[in-house]
Amino acid sequence: MQRSAATAPTIARLIDAFHRLPGIGPKSAQRLAYHVLRAPRSEAEALAEALLDVKDSTRLCGLCQNITDADPCAICMDPQRSDATICVVEEPLDVAAIERAGVHRGRYHVLHGAISPMDGVGPEDLKVRELLGRLGDTSVEEIILAMNPNLEGEATAAYLSRVIGAMGVRITRIAHGLPVGADVEYADERTLRAAMTHRVEIDRQAGAD
Amino acid sequence: MPRIRPTRTEAIVLRQRSLGEADRICVLFSPTRGRIEAVAKGVRKPLSKMSGHVEPLSRGQFGLAPGRSLDIITDAQTLDSWPELHDDVVRMTEALALSELVDRSTDIDVAAGPLYQLLRHSFDALAVTPSPKAIRWWFTLRFLDQQGYRPELSACVRCRSEVGPEGNGYAAGEGGVVCQRCYESGIGQRLSSPVFRLLRYMRRSSCEATAQVRVDADASAELERHLRSSLEQTLDSRLRSRSFAEDLARAETIGRSAALAATAKEREE
Ligand SMILES: [Zn+2]
Ligand SMILES: [Zn+2]
Repeated sequence: MQRSAATAPTIARLIDAFHRLPGIGPKSAQRLAYHVLRAPRSEAEALAEALLDVKDSTRLCGLCQNITDADPCAICMDPQRSDATICVVEEPLDVAAIERAGVHRGRYHVLHGAISPMDGVGPEDLKVRELLGRLGDTSVEEIILAMNPNLEGEATAAYLSRVIGAMGVRITRIAHGLPVGADVEYADERTLRAAMTHRVEIDRQAGAD
Repeated sequence: MPRIRPTRTEAIVLRQRSLGEADRICVLFSPTRGRIEAVAKGVRKPLSKMSGHVEPLSRGQFGLAPGRSLDIITDAQTLDSWPELHDDVVRMTEALALSELVDRSTDIDVAAGPLYQLLRHSFDALAVTPSPKAIRWWFTLRFLDQQGYRPELSACVRCRSEVGPEGNGYAAGEGGVVCQRCYESGIGQRLSSPVFRLLRYMRRSSCEATAQVRVDADASAELERHLRSSLEQTLDSRLRSRSFAEDLARAETIGRSAALAATAKEREE
């Protein structure tokens, strides 16, 4: 990264640290660093504390493997949620997205990645064994695979459906097709094919209301 | 600064990896430019118009503009999406194995027309074949030829004598088949006569004809060993994507034994 000799080494170090964060370019890193510099000491302290806290007091939930500060996590402990379905996702952020949408009332399982044959990432690198361990519980009726609709997600879903299928548990995979707000015109062939295959009957009763 | 107009190229997408929050780096394989690493911006967001067009195992037309270090993909239009290679995990695994070979043997900015045509033709065949493995074998033989490691299948690579139909060996390190006498003196691995016949058949046959061959498990395993050791001679390292085929083959056994363990545990409780 370029910077002028006029930048004090301590500021340069902070800029570098911000720049290493995902999605932060050199300009933003500079802006953030100078913001911290001008902010009151208490704000800088709060930031530093929050950073250390997240490293010191979070761990993986022993059941769903999501990042949590209490084990088992709040979702696994929630008595309002159903034990009958487990939604399997690649990353903790996927749990957050599905929770924001409020579309799943069962439990979760976080794999922490996806199988990527070309990068040498196999099932043993993911939290698959932990998932199989949970399936021994007879209350689990359905596994919902919510992998990303890309090659790694497809390889992961194919692998899991073979393992779980052999265990005799029902498996479903979330549908893929056109995203809300997209143009049919710009959709690629595979998206259109998926959207056609998973098309649904329009409920006329609902339309008349 | 003058704006540089994007260049256009046809390419097969070999692989991708995530970059930053929403971008991906795509490894493209172009007949005229060889291997290209280019950034597809914003493709991990759901409304990206480009995302479905830069998926691995697809062929398309790409606009590329020079970026700071890598090219930027300015637009992408799919020509072949090979849905069968995405929907059937066995075909996908074989196609990824071919992609890996190409990815690891091609250089940036070196024209690779023949290899491109071979890969494209093999993907077409993989999409429809009843025998995906045989297409990979067929591809591998031709790939070895193109890399300058054409396996010798008629004269003994040791003593140059004509080889008979039986009792021969295969010596990947020496470049092909060895005669019975040389094999019995300790050179090479056993080459059974069905596998020898199959190798010679695949050498002279089309991809479509190869797709019709039926091979038993023993012969298939033997052929895999020979081809793999020849490939490892050219790439001098272990291939990654085959291990996914092994994972997949083990998947059902893992599931069944996990189910058994669970019932056993329940009985204990
Ligand atoms: Zn949990
Ligand atoms: Zn000989």
